[in-house]
Amino acid sequence: MTDKVIEVKNLSKAFGERTAVDGLSFDTRRGEILGLLGANGAGKTTSMHMLLGLTTPTSGLIQIFGKAMPAHRVEILQKMNFASAYQFLPYNLRVWENLYIFAEIYGVKNKRKKIDELLGIFELSHLSNHTTGRLSSGEQTRLNLCKALLNDPELLLLDEPTASLDPDIADKVRKALAQLHKETGMTIINTSHNMIDVHELCSRILFMQHGKIIAEGSADEILQKYGSETLEEVFITIARNPVSQKV
Amino acid sequence: MNLRVIKALILKYILIWSRTSFRIMDIFFWPVIDLLVWGFVTVYMLKVGNVVPSLITFLIAAIIFWNILYRSQQVVCVSFLDDVWSRNLLNIFASPIRTSEYVTATYIVGLIQSVIVMCLLGVLAYFLYSFNFLILGIGAALLFVNLLLMGWALGLFTTGFILRWGPPAEGLAWALPFLVQPISAVFYPVSVLPAWLQPVAWCVPSTYVFEGLRQYLAQGHLDITYVQMAFLLNVAYMVVCGLVFHFFFEEARKLGYLAKFGS
Ligand SMILES: Nc1ncnc2c1ncn2[C@@H]1O[C@H](COP(=O)(O)OP(=O)(O)O)[C@@H](O)[C@H]1O
Ligand SMILES: [Mg+2]
Repeated sequence: MTDKVIEVKNLSKAFGERTAVDGLSFDTRRGEILGLLGANGAGKTTSMHMLLGLTTPTSGLIQIFGKAMPAHRVEILQKMNFASAYQFLPYNLRVWENLYIFAEIYGVKNKRKKIDELLGIFELSHLSNHTTGRLSSGEQTRLNLCKALLNDPELLLLDEPTASLDPDIADKVRKALAQLHKETGMTIINTSHNMIDVHELCSRILFMQHGKIIAEGSADEILQKYGSETLEEVFITIARNPVSQKV
Repeated sequence: MNLRVIKALILKYILIWSRTSFRIMDIFFWPVIDLLVWGFVTVYMLKVGNVVPSLITFLIAAIIFWNILYRSQQVVCVSFLDDVWSRNLLNIFASPIRTSEYVTATYIVGLIQSVIVMCLLGVLAYFLYSFNFLILGIGAALLFVNLLLMGWALGLFTTGFILRWGPPAEGLAWALPFLVQPISAVFYPVSVLPAWLQPVAWCVPSTYVFEGLRQYLAQGHLDITYVQMAFLLNVAYMVVCGLVFHFFFEEARKLGYLAKFGS
């Protein structure tokens, strides 16, 4: 069996005139946490949506778990999951009802136990019976993470998972994700504008600009290449340099 | 198709509408208002005189059956809109749910709501206007099925348009049935339509249902040809609307709308 969870070759997406993703190629190994970085509009979300089969690529190939996406969409999605700070669950359902429905969709074995466990990890147990629409945005974000972990995904895509969290909760969520990653060995792709997230969590980083990868490596490698002290500095250098060369 | 997935989606929609006052009104309030208004119009017509009593039965039966078609069409596209409005669409389509499972779930919820509306209006019509729905017997079931099928087809068609054209097309969910109503002979026979419109009317499955219904009420037996014609047309409608939906769904994937409308 191949060690590669994702193989992307020459993936491109154009929306009319605008090229959102431009010849993206990368692999992810089992168990790694890959950070996808880049300014707003760099093409991170579009890339994720193509990995999820939500958006059809203009060209290129995606293989996940050794199977082609979207040809094997349902089979692949069964073993992966997704959370975004900009997605919600139906607001007039209770927290546990929403999780129950997704647990049922994914065919989770011991639903009650799994739901309780996840609510516990993300400190939402006391809100289990609350209407989802009443949750604060930070609570909603954590609920999304619960949903995303229901099926013990082998591959987890996170689109700005900590975007609406205060530093304290963001730290807790980061630690919880790190812990879950250690326990399960799942593969994670994480887009985040939070450089602490990236530095602490990600074993490898892809910097994207205008739909292309312009830098790749571990956080330390990237800092060295750019002669910077922090990823934040690298981010700003890249974002302000209109045509960055790949390093 | 995976039954577990369909079941989960049905549960979701039932929970959503049972918690939303507007959705509850769609089942328990508006259809009743419809029946009351038309019922009293018929009572008035009777008083004024000059009306064949069977007209009353025609109108009451028509309003009950029309609401079946309307409900089944509505549920299919409003369920989808609920996912769009609650910004849950992306979560749905990022899950291992086949499009066929998604559509089937909305169909079944449509069936459930149509049955509820039919029973509710049937009981009310009996007590308010002494119209006994049960006299229609098995014939009622045949007509019901055809209206349900047509509602499903139209619902899918509307959903396709909303997927492709986004929020500006949302109004279509409520408009489409009323665009069809005048040419599907709900309250009057096809023969009163202008000659040039009549062939168009005969291309609509519900036309056969309502013509059949009137003949059934007047003569006491249901001409099975009406049912057959409605069914054949419905099969064609289901196929065509299914293809339209599929085409627009793929377009929406290409345009990134599945992700965009959901967020
Ligand atoms: N559905 C769409 N239609 C047209 N343009 C889009 C669509 N989705 C994304 N884009 C454009 O593609 C580019 C990349 O967007 P996105 O992937 O969301 O970037 P990021 O997540 O890195 O901020 C942006 O210029 C954005 O405006
Ligand atoms: Mg984004």
